[in-house]
Amino acid sequence: MAAPPSGASLALLEKLVAALNAKGLVSETEIAERQAITDRASPEIGARMVARAWTDPEYYALLMRDGKAAAEAAGASMAGAPELGVLENTPKQHHLVVCTLCSCYPRALLGYPPGWYKSFAYRSRAVREPRAVLAEWGTQLADDVEIRVVDSTADYRWMVLPMRPKGTEGWSAEKLAAIVTRDALVGVAVPRVE
Amino acid sequence: MTEESPNRALHDIGGIARFRCTPVEHDEAPPDAFGKKVDAIRQILAQKKMMTVDELRRGIESIPEDEYFALGYYERWLRSIAALMVEKGVIRQEDLA
Repeated sequence: MAAPPSGASLALLEKLVAALNAKGLVSETEIAERQAITDRASPEIGARMVARAWTDPEYYALLMRDGKAAAEAAGASMAGAPELGVLENTPKQHHLVVCTLCSCYPRALLGYPPGWYKSFAYRSRAVREPRAVLAEWGTQLADDVEIRVVDSTADYRWMVLPMRPKGTEGWSAEKLAAIVTRDALVGVAVPRVE
Repeated sequence: MTEESPNRALHDIGGIARFRCTPVEHDEAPPDAFGKKVDAIRQILAQKKMMTVDELRRGIESIPEDEYFALGYYERWLRSIAALMVEKGVIRQEDLA
């Protein structure tokens, strides 16, 4: 668990808001509205995109060509969001997304980044020993599967398009979306059929 | 660049040995009220063209090392945003004292 903010930080936040409010730049109402919009983004959007790409060849083509447009088509609010690249997993190549320098994350389709994505251990180790990191999620890949680790930036975000698991033939997009987790969209896990 | 490089900045932690044996803590908690508020302020200021993500990062990256590793994630953001607003002359340092 992350430690709670210090008293000094709480005081700084209060003073910053008061000073910005006095300049007419940021009001408590705006803060509440912005927070509500952010709270609405969740990994369900990303899961929906993957399920649709698995079942709709035209959407798959759009997703690979223009991730941002595909996200918008799935209901993500992409105004002002950076470009979105899509990394397609294959039987020979698995993708893992990290932001070594900070915490850039496709928030419009996955919501707030989880604590671990922002942790020093994940940022540091994902590029050095990705298999060991994946193992901590219980994800074991065959030795002949290459792992490509992709670093996010302020201007370019990534999502993983996982492979559709065997045993899902004939499933509806809704049923498929339910097995696509946020972890699979970041690449620390793969979708599984129970 | 190697990790022995004297020029490697403190936020540039990809692959460094320091965290090699540290398991990734599976912290799934959403941001607390403090974090969500800082995050919302950043978005509002970005929307109003008062700051960019790159500026936020520059501000975070210039926090001294001992403080950088002691502060929480959104505490680092707050420090950066406050410093940027003072630097740009939007608010005064006295406003934050």
